[in-house]
Amino acid sequence: MTDPAFQFEVVIIGAGPAGMAAACAAASSGKKVALIDNTPWLGGQIWRGEQGHPTMPQAQKWIESVRRSGVTVLENTSVIAKLEEHKLLAEHPNGPREICWQKLIVATGARELFLPFPGWTLPGVFGPGGLLALVKNGWPIAGKKVVLAGSGPLLLAVADGLKKRGASIVSMGEQAPRERLLRFGLRLLRHPAKIIQGLGIKKRLLGVPFRYGVWPVKAHGGERVHRVELTDGQRSWTEECDVLACAFHLVANLELPMLLGCKVSQGFVMVDEWQATTAASVYCAGEPTGIGGADSALVEGRIAGYAATGQLDQARALFAERRSWRRFQAALAEAFELRPEVKKLASNETIFCRCEDVSFERVRNFSGWREAKLLTRCGMGACQGRTCGAASQFILGWGIESVRPPVMPARISSLLIKN
Amino acid sequence: MTKAYDIAIVGAGIVGAACAMECARNGLRTVVLERGFSGCGTSAAGMGHVVVMDDSDAQFDLTHYSRQQWIKFRPQLPATVEFDACGTLWLAADEEEMAEVYRKKAFYEERGVRVEVLDGAAVVQAEPNLRAGMAGGLRVPDDAVVYPPSATHYFLEQARKFGAEIRFGVSVKTLLPDGTVQLADGERVHSGRSVSAAGPWSPELMAGLPVRKRKGHLVITDRNPGFVRHQIVELGYLKSAHSSDKSSVAFNIQPRVTGQMLIGSSRQFDEEDDSVDHAILDRMLRRAIEYMPSLANLSAIRVWTGHRAATPDKLPLIGPSLLSPHVWLATGHEGLGITTSLGTGRLLADLLLDRPTEIASEPFLPSRFAKKEVAHE
Amino acid sequence: MSDGVQVFVNGRAVVVAPGTVVAAAVALAGETEFRRSPLGSPRGPLCGMGVCMECRLTINGQSECRSCQTLCETGMRVQTHD
Repeated sequence: MTDPAFQFEVVIIGAGPAGMAAACAAASSGKKVALIDNTPWLGGQIWRGEQGHPTMPQAQKWIESVRRSGVTVLENTSVIAKLEEHKLLAEHPNGPREICWQKLIVATGARELFLPFPGWTLPGVFGPGGLLALVKNGWPIAGKKVVLAGSGPLLLAVADGLKKRGASIVSMGEQAPRERLLRFGLRLLRHPAKIIQGLGIKKRLLGVPFRYGVWPVKAHGGERVHRVELTDGQRSWTEECDVLACAFHLVANLELPMLLGCKVSQGFVMVDEWQATTAASVYCAGEPTGIGGADSALVEGRIAGYAATGQLDQARALFAERRSWRRFQAALAEAFELRPEVKKLASNETIFCRCEDVSFERVRNFSGWREAKLLTRCGMGACQGRTCGAASQFILGWGIESVRPPVMPARISSLLIKN
Repeated sequence: MTKAYDIAIVGAGIVGAACAMECARNGLRTVVLERGFSGCGTSAAGMGHVVVMDDSDAQFDLTHYSRQQWIKFRPQLPATVEFDACGTLWLAADEEEMAEVYRKKAFYEERGVRVEVLDGAAVVQAEPNLRAGMAGGLRVPDDAVVYPPSATHYFLEQARKFGAEIRFGVSVKTLLPDGTVQLADGERVHSGRSVSAAGPWSPELMAGLPVRKRKGHLVITDRNPGFVRHQIVELGYLKSAHSSDKSSVAFNIQPRVTGQMLIGSSRQFDEEDDSVDHAILDRMLRRAIEYMPSLANLSAIRVWTGHRAATPDKLPLIGPSLLSPHVWLATGHEGLGITTSLGTGRLLADLLLDRPTEIASEPFLPSRFAKKEVAHE
Repeated sequence: MSDGVQVFVNGRAVVVAPGTVVAAAVALAGETEFRRSPLGSPRGPLCGMGVCMECRLTINGQSECRSCQTLCETGMRVQTHD
């Protein structure tokens, strides 16, 4: 018998921009709403650290709104399994929780795409977004030499954030060609806020070398990274560094939506105009439906929150704004599309599956993910194939297979359900 | 008309693979037909036991015979097969189960199998993570653990070396009485005899076959080297395995060379789908925690299910089917498919070649179900 | 800092600001190696968001804790896996 304290009319999984916006919209209906997150904080990844150290007014506004909305916030709560059609199992430090819902909104966000290259497993190599998140939570970066590489608008935002906190940005390298990014810049004219944001960043990063059309060759070091070798396809050069922040844009966190039965297409959850997925009573908002950043996530979250609580007029009123952000999403995807050269960063000896130490050579010759997993153990380690799985989808064209519980590794005691 | 093959084996799980290896090695022109990839069915889902069992003389004969083959193979097995002679520890929680330990000891010693009785103190010393108060146990030091998908792959490689053809991505529709295999796309594979090694899917190829799906759950933990040294089975396992109850659980844990552990076991009849059943998972894990309390704090990376191929008398079907003398079976191995794969292969090859078998084959012949009413005891 | 949080990294005391995650405390203690891979390579955090599992440490005796997602609390005992 579920504890009535965990019975809700609307449950939202993920307290980033999409989740917080959905929570506030849903709460305005007067229904009983819960907002779940597996971290101790509100803000998700993009607004990490905002709860403790406010720096962004937009983030602050939403955190405040959630606090005032009457929504029950369940932090440190990690959804791991679907027990029944309307019942979830979640892990929490005080014990497992069974959470009942009538409408569910999935806002699990995205994670950075890591593509293996020689030396990428050295300590001191991070994803750019991950590095900034760690720095916001106390990781020492002042005076450290940082090289950024890979792809995505995050590179600039992260470099900016790190520089503000005393890092010495050695250089930034974006794999996308210059022409494509210039076209993207022009498209931004439709999104003035983004331009202002961009110009501000550019000003603060004046003097930092920024190159287009470059990608990493190798991270050098013994106990940690000391030097990075980069190339533009013609010539290569190395740069000394203490830290390398390298990832290739974002991939959606699809594991939980898939476990819940949501259909996925081309790497994203399929949703209709109400942000409803193919799974009954399950909605999805934010990055899992298309990578678009915080602004896109906010409007989708609000639509989902209104739609899930029957406030269809309020939802419909946001469709035009969403259309605008969907165009931004498409422009983003086109601008930062990964070039063919970055499919070939790994050498045969490069570790492909970090958790199980499986080299690229061993993995590359299989025809599919499941066979490679079974015969090499690639993807069978603690990260549940999130790191290497995303890489194999891009590099080897393999599909995703079905998701098994627990959605995140969990204590065995968390799998014990109350009867 | 000369047929292209002497033997067509349906299913490239560990049993089909071992059969292919033995048939090819003995000069039979062999083809294996598999709709997925090697070991992708039950062989991918279960634990990798190599264990002697004593439920019946026949079961002992086959498991012991097979274990001997595994031990003979050991020097040539690649590291990926992860052959680990960690032994089995059968646990007795109370005096009733301890009596069973002594019965097993007598049974095995009579047949030349090395065993060792451990009392309550010794069993906890052998496995420090066991809860206090165990009555004792029986250690079988020559039992082992392997990684089935890699073993399956290895046997198929050996089969190829002996001239067998392996065809993946091929779906079989019908086993014709003259030994021909008809594929889903209409192609006919002309063989003298066919062998169904399709495990829990074998009834799809042969109506009325006394094979039933028995669903199981497993949990794999993160790396904890040294947490468990043996493959451990509670003696209550036998109550679970023998039961015809819809569902039962029994504590079973197996170390992998990686330091990860597989925790089982559960049995359910009449559960076709492969989704995780959280109610039975809960029962299974609670049972495990009863025996090893500190399991509760370990990290579970994944939970999954699989189906075993169960027969009414717990013995596999090896030999000509009731359908036709050209259609044979090597299926119904329930929870002992990994162990008995090699013995099954040899038995099948000998029967196909009309040679004396190294163990009595009658208990495994499909004809034993000819007139009796099929009842799962 | 009057409201600093004291934790112990491999037995060494480190004082950190409130809101610091355990992974950051380990870096502040001067450690670069959080754990070793199956083949013995040194590893540290990669993704910073609880997904890659490379930052796992033993915290207060509990193994496999994701240090990038765990806030430092007074008296915490943190062990890297050597």
